[in-house]
Amino acid sequence: MTSPGAAETRPAIDPFVQLQQVTLTYGREGKQVHALAETNLKVGQGDFVALVGPSGCGKSTILKLVTGLIKATSGYVFVAGREVGAEPMRVGMAFQNPTLLPWLSIRDNVMLPLKIVPPFRFEYRSKRKTEFRDRVEALLAQVGLAGFGDKFPWQLSGGMMQRASLCRSLIHDPQLLMLDEPFGALDQFTREELWAIMQDLWLSRKPTVLLVTHDLKEAGYLANRICVMRARPGRIIDDTTVPFARPRTIEVTYTPDFVTMTQRLRELIVSARPVKEAA
Amino acid sequence: MNPHLRRKLASAALIIGLFVLWELLCRMLGVSDIVLPKPSQIIVTLVQRMPQLWPHTVQTLYTTIVGFAFGILAGVALGMLIGSSRLAYDVAYPLLIGFASIPKVAVVPIFVLWFGAGTVPAILTAMIMSLFPIVVNVATGLATTEPELEDVMRALRANKLEILWNVGLPRTMPYFFASLKVAVTLAFVGTVISETVASNRGIGNVMMIASSSFDVPLVFAGLTILAALGITLYVIFSFIEGRVTGWATRKDEFAAGL
Repeated sequence: MTSPGAAETRPAIDPFVQLQQVTLTYGREGKQVHALAETNLKVGQGDFVALVGPSGCGKSTILKLVTGLIKATSGYVFVAGREVGAEPMRVGMAFQNPTLLPWLSIRDNVMLPLKIVPPFRFEYRSKRKTEFRDRVEALLAQVGLAGFGDKFPWQLSGGMMQRASLCRSLIHDPQLLMLDEPFGALDQFTREELWAIMQDLWLSRKPTVLLVTHDLKEAGYLANRICVMRARPGRIIDDTTVPFARPRTIEVTYTPDFVTMTQRLRELIVSARPVKEAA
Repeated sequence: MNPHLRRKLASAALIIGLFVLWELLCRMLGVSDIVLPKPSQIIVTLVQRMPQLWPHTVQTLYTTIVGFAFGILAGVALGMLIGSSRLAYDVAYPLLIGFASIPKVAVVPIFVLWFGAGTVPAILTAMIMSLFPIVVNVATGLATTEPELEDVMRALRANKLEILWNVGLPRTMPYFFASLKVAVTLAFVGTVISETVASNRGIGNVMMIASSSFDVPLVFAGLTILAALGITLYVIFSFIEGRVTGWATRKDEFAAGL
């Protein structure tokens, strides 16, 4: 088991995440669905990569592969130079639904990773009511949820639950952060507010982030790189570097350069849709 | 007066009203004690014969609680086993339904054959009566746990046991307590059946002897005691349920930590 310090002193392994000739096939023989054709992807440490594309193109599949929730049919998934799952890795994940546990208060929900993930789990009993609690409160305050620790999920609005869900994905200082359309179900204004919060969190902690989204503005605002995928079978057809300086503001998304970039990506995605849906 | 209190008062009024109506009808129509004793007479019998009834009450309560406790232990264990995987659920469910549909009265003579008359068959009957609702509910609760909640844990590299402990079991608690409230009354049924068939102690035995000697007020006194015991245990489990699973009904009291 590696101590967290070792991962930081280790020379930066480039790339941090690597998919090599990865394919994924669902179902039994005869009725197979090729979710992912041979896919290659490299993500450097501390990078922020957005995956965009039509629905069913395997965006979420890539996240699940990198997290180790599913196994590739063929090919290799490397994280930090080792095959995924070979080494304990602090991974944070946030989904489109907040997926908070309804029987836990917001504080205990956010604290959940500290209870499970090493090395925090060994100190969970002794620090639960002191250091860890302060850590949770600080993070909640950072996303505008100060004082909501004692509330239960059902007492919060959708946007607030999503903020708590983001906190839960970040509380254990993950080296790898997986965001699966976490802002998808929110209204425009809440979404833009959370983009800014997400950017601040990324700038201050620099985890390696993979973001799946349908929203090109969101991808352009948040990511360093945008990968466009096509469907059936899913594969990456375009990889664009986002040139705008940080920290970005909502105003940037209205500049001609930004609009030109999102329009180009939009056309790529439209042309990548399967023919029968293109009409 | 708040609506909550009003509902409780209405409920109490209905119960008292029913007994008053019973008393009045018996008096007006001159119903014989041997057919249907008056509530007032049942109360008098209860008070007068309490020294005689008390050891039997304790026996019945003891047997039921021990049987129920075993039922909970075995039920939760079996439920966790069956609910833990889709395969186990599909394979074991038909067998479970088969066992559950056997009339438990029919099993009592077998228990008596194996263990002799007395406390043991009563405990076993109470146990198997309360077992099935618990198994079915725990298994269903676990089997219907949202995969998204498990993904949260799996992304954190939690092992099966941690997922069960942190997600599966808490999520199953509302199902579990719902089954306990059904099971505790069934446990009483099991005990009384067994006491009636093969025992020389317990309320079931008292009632059987009383009815064979046409001591109908005593039979009804026994029924009253059983009802009181059943309600008491039900109330206890409802109280614990509210404390543990208030999140499922989104109770404000639960959120406030009361």
